Amino acid sequence: MRRAAAPDAPVTAELEHAAERAARWRGFRLALPSFAYLIVLFAIPLILVGVYSFASRSRTGAPELSDWNLDSVSKLVDSTVLAIAWRSTWLALLTTVVCLLVAYPFAYYIATRSPRIRNLLLVFVMIPFWSNFLVRTYAWKVLLGADGLFTKVGEALGIWGQLLFTLPAVLIGLVYGFLPFMVLPLYAAIERLDWSLVEAARDLYASGWKAFRKVTLPLSRPGIIAGSILVFIPALGAYVTPDILGGAKTVLLGNHIVNQFLAARNWPLGSAVSMAIMIVMLFATVLYFRTQARTL
Amino acid sequence: MSERSTTTRLLDRWLAGHSTLVFLFFYAPLVVLVVFSFNDSRFVNRWEGFTFDWYRAIPQDAALMNAVKNSLIIALVSTIVSTVLGTMAALALERYRRWLGKRTFDALLYLPVIIPDVTMAVMLLIFFTQLNQSLGITTIILSHIAFNISFVAIVVRARLANLDPLLEEAAADLYAGRWQAFRRVTLPLILPGVLGGALLALTLSLDDVVITSFVQGPGSTPLAVEVFARIKRGVTPIINAISTLMLVASMMLVLGSLVIQRRQSGSTVGG
Repeated sequence: MRRAAAPDAPVTAELEHAAERAARWRGFRLALPSFAYLIVLFAIPLILVGVYSFASRSRTGAPELSDWNLDSVSKLVDSTVLAIAWRSTWLALLTTVVCLLVAYPFAYYIATRSPRIRNLLLVFVMIPFWSNFLVRTYAWKVLLGADGLFTKVGEALGIWGQLLFTLPAVLIGLVYGFLPFMVLPLYAAIERLDWSLVEAARDLYASGWKAFRKVTLPLSRPGIIAGSILVFIPALGAYVTPDILGGAKTVLLGNHIVNQFLAARNWPLGSAVSMAIMIVMLFATVLYFRTQARTL
Repeated sequence: MSERSTTTRLLDRWLAGHSTLVFLFFYAPLVVLVVFSFNDSRFVNRWEGFTFDWYRAIPQDAALMNAVKNSLIIALVSTIVSTVLGTMAALALERYRRWLGKRTFDALLYLPVIIPDVTMAVMLLIFFTQLNQSLGITTIILSHIAFNISFVAIVVRARLANLDPLLEEAAADLYAGRWQAFRRVTLPLILPGVLGGALLALTLSLDDVVITSFVQGPGSTPLAVEVFARIKRGVTPIINAISTLMLVASMMLVLGSLVIQRRQSGSTVGG
């Protein structure tokens, strides 16, 4: 056997090598259309925005590519942009915290039901998740208006009046829009929790609260982190919600960028701000993948 | 022990109450929206009787009907193209090892998902103006494909990752050609993933406002952007009516995806 195989060996090795090379080539060819597409319609535009951040603004608003400078980049730290960035950041953080506080007991409740009820409740979470975001924001514009139901309830209780075009309205809209992003990862984390660990804690005379704080909460941490990032990122770049529910005093980063392009005609500044916001988000995402990898 | 069960019961009751309130928060605004789309009044807040008038007004609204037509064209074309490209990308990444540029491609494929809508909108607007490309349906479709490829690829990849590559190898051993093996073995197995990805792409294309409003031109406005512009002008019952129809459409998409998911879990058992 061995003797017979010997003369064949180099041939098979060569064949295998050729087969592997062909397979690699096939993989490349399969990816080529989407690869090329994303380079042309994503990578190159992305580089262009970076370049535009350093261009100067001509009188018509279109960028002057011959005159390079740091004007727009340095405007990132001027008071207008900083104030907007600050407002956007704390509003996004507040949205994340409110979503977390509302979603945790909710996800816990769903995850601890019997499988049949659990699946049914999940469908009812998925429906708003898939529903048109614009329509859901519009629903709140109606409710929060001067004659809106929500306003009437608040007036009857004597607690709040018309909230439309204020920051609280934007907060309600953001929480409403992104709550499912928090519920679903929290549910996934709590659902696959090893309940025998909680049982063990209780058997060792830990109080219910202590068992929750020392066992349940740490074990559901991946869900908390995932949900927080999934809410924080879109909230930070939100445009539709503040545009519909907010007013002139509630301009957020997303609106500021859009204004630079569609109204103020300062493309270089808009480019610089959108590059900055993108870098923050990439950073948050890398952080997210790091923590996920560690906890898995 | 009984003390423990009393607190457990109290806690459970509180959780149930809280969850009811959350569901109320999710659905009450939508219910109000739908109810007032049948309101026989020009105002969206005072109930004055039942009517279908606002739904009847939709087909007469030329701008709205044109927007629906644009939306359908954009969503269909971008979904088909991105589903084909995204599936190919997923196959290349999951089934072939170490080809030239694989890691770069993998990273590039995730970026459109992570990047904020506003940044992507800005990027594409600058790109198209730099090329002197006039804005319209074509630029909208090109932009939607650019973000949808990634979403489709991610969904299909998840499906492929759970699949046994041995099945495809077995087909190859039985002298099935590559195309035959793909059509007869791989495609039926990943079909739920492909359909799920296509459904996601369809939804994202129909819902997009930010990117589309940057890259649209005169006459090419799709429904979501048209409704957005009207919402900014004020609240009217006709927006309630069209919103209700959009809600019904997205609910049908959810049900569709659930049916596919069920078939997906069924086929893993069967296959």
